[in-house]
Amino acid sequence: MNYHWHWGVFFSSTGIGKEIYLDWFITGLGWTIAISLTSWLIALVLGTALGVLRSLPNRGLARIASAYVTLFRNVPLLVQLFIWYFLIPDWLPDRAQIWLKQDLSPSTSAFLSVVLCLGLFTAARVCEQVRTGIQALPRGQLDAASALGLNLSNAYHHVLLPQAFRIIIPPMTSEFLNVFKNSSVASLIGLMELLAQTKQTAEFTANLFEAFTLATLIYFVLNMGLMYFMRWLERKVRVPGLIALETK
Amino acid sequence: MLKRTMVTLALLGCGLLTATAYAQELTGTLKKIKDSGTIVVGNRDSSIPFSYFDSAQHPIGYSMDIADAIVDEVKKDLKLPNLKVSYNLITSQTRIPLIQNGTVDFECGSTTNNIERQQQVAFSLGIFEIGTKLLTAKNSGIKDFPDLAGKNVVTTAGTTSEHIIKKMNEDKKMNMNIISAKDHGESFLMLQSGRAAAFMMDDALLAGDMAEAKNPAEWAITGKPQSFEIYGCMLRKDDPQFKKVVDTAIGNLFKSGQINTIYAKWFMQPIPPKGLNMNFPMSEDLKKLIANPTDKSAEQL
Repeated sequence: MNYHWHWGVFFSSTGIGKEIYLDWFITGLGWTIAISLTSWLIALVLGTALGVLRSLPNRGLARIASAYVTLFRNVPLLVQLFIWYFLIPDWLPDRAQIWLKQDLSPSTSAFLSVVLCLGLFTAARVCEQVRTGIQALPRGQLDAASALGLNLSNAYHHVLLPQAFRIIIPPMTSEFLNVFKNSSVASLIGLMELLAQTKQTAEFTANLFEAFTLATLIYFVLNMGLMYFMRWLERKVRVPGLIALETK
Repeated sequence: MLKRTMVTLALLGCGLLTATAYAQELTGTLKKIKDSGTIVVGNRDSSIPFSYFDSAQHPIGYSMDIADAIVDEVKKDLKLPNLKVSYNLITSQTRIPLIQNGTVDFECGSTTNNIERQQQVAFSLGIFEIGTKLLTAKNSGIKDFPDLAGKNVVTTAGTTSEHIIKKMNEDKKMNMNIISAKDHGESFLMLQSGRAAAFMMDDALLAGDMAEAKNPAEWAITGKPQSFEIYGCMLRKDDPQFKKVVDTAIGNLFKSGQINTIYAKWFMQPIPPKGLNMNFPMSEDLKKLIANPTDKSAEQL
C-alpha cells in the first residue's frame, strides 16, 4: 500500500486564521470532556435514584424504574440521539423551538441534546449497577438497620448505599469510560468534539491514518487516566473488613 | 533509514527489470484485473445524481455511466469481454484507503480532485465541474454570502465548502455559526428544520437535494460561487498503464459527444428512484472542461 505518511501534518496550518490542525484536536478534546462529564453527572444522579427504586419493596415504583431501563437500554444510542436532536425539538411550542434552533448557538443546542441523550442512556446502565450493588448486600443489612430503628430512607442513606457504591466501583469504572467513548456520537449532529475534528482533519489533509492514530492515542491516554483515578478512588474509600472488598 | 533505502533500491531494481525485460507486460491494476478476472468499482450511496442506489440497490448515476465506459475500455484493452464487475460501497472516509490497499480498483462519484488527495491517489481526467453556492428558502432574504453575517449556516463535514466558509467567517469576521453535518442529507435536514438559514455546498449536489425536497419551489440556489472544483475518478498512484485506459475512456466520451447524452440523462430528465428532474443545465465551466480535458485540480489551473 503506497500511503504517503506525513506526521508533521498536525503542526501545519489549517488555512483558517492562525490555527494548526493540533488546535482542532485540542478544541475537540475540550468538547469531549465537557459532554462526558456533564452526561456522567446526569447519569449518576438519575441512575442512582432509579437503582434505589428498583430495589425497593414497593412493586409499583420498582416497575417504573424497570420500564425505564428496558426502554433506554434497548434502543440504540444513535437512534436515541436523532430522536433528541431532530424529533423532540419539533414537538416543542414555537417559541421554545426558535430558542433552541436559532437563539442558542448550534453547538450549545447540539450539546444539550447530546448530554440529555447520553445522560439518560447511561442512567439506565448505572441504575442496573446500583441495583445489583444493593442486592449483593446480605439481606441482614437492611434487617439490622431496621432493628436499630432506622427508617427505610435512613437505612439506604447510612447502611445500604455506602456499601453498595463501594462494591460497584469496578463496573462503574467501565460505565464511566463508556461515557467518554460514547460521547463520539456527538460528531453525527455537528458538534465538533474529538472524533468530528479527527474526521475533519482526515478529510482536509487526506492524511487519514495519522489523524485517526492521534485520536486513538488521545482516547487511550484519557481513558487510562480515568481508570487510574477510579482505582485510586477505590483504594481511598475502601473499608477494611467489608466482605466484597476483602479479595483486593 | 538504511532499511528504507534498501527497500527503495529493491523496488527500483524490480521496476527496471520489469521495464527492460517485459516492456509489453501488464503491471499494476490492469495485471491485477487480468489475474483475478474481476474489476472492483467503488460507488457511493447518496451522491445524487452522481453515484447512488436505485430502488434495487444497484449503483447508478452520471459518474457510474462514466465508470461503465471505463470498464468497457478495460474489457477491450485486456480482451476480456466477460470481465466480472463488482461494486464496493465507499464513503468519503474510506475511499482513499480502499483504493490504496487494493480493495477497490477505481471510483467515480463526486470526489473533488485536490492537491492534498493527489499526495495519496491519482485522478483521471476531470468528469465534472461545480461551483460552491448556497441553498436557502426563497423567503429567507439571503441572496449572497455577505447576507449570511450573524446567521446559522450548515455545510457537510469534511468538504471544501466547510473549509471555505470557516475561513470566510474568520477573515471577514462575519460572526456566523457554522454547523458541520455528517452528510448532505443531514445538512439539508438542518436547513429544512430551521436550524440553519442556508446550506453551502457544490451547486450540483444542492440541485439534487432541492429536487428531493417536499416542495422544491420553496428553495433557491443562490450566491456567487466561492470556489470551483473539478470532480475526477480516483485510482491508484503511479499506475500509468491503468490511468491511460481510464483517461482514454473518458476522453472518448468527451470527443464523441456521448457525454452530452449522459449529462442530459441525469441532469435534464426525470431520474430514479422518484422520477425527479434536477433541471440543472450544463455550466460554461463544464463545457470548457469537456473541450479541454485535464487531470489537474481546479486550483492548479
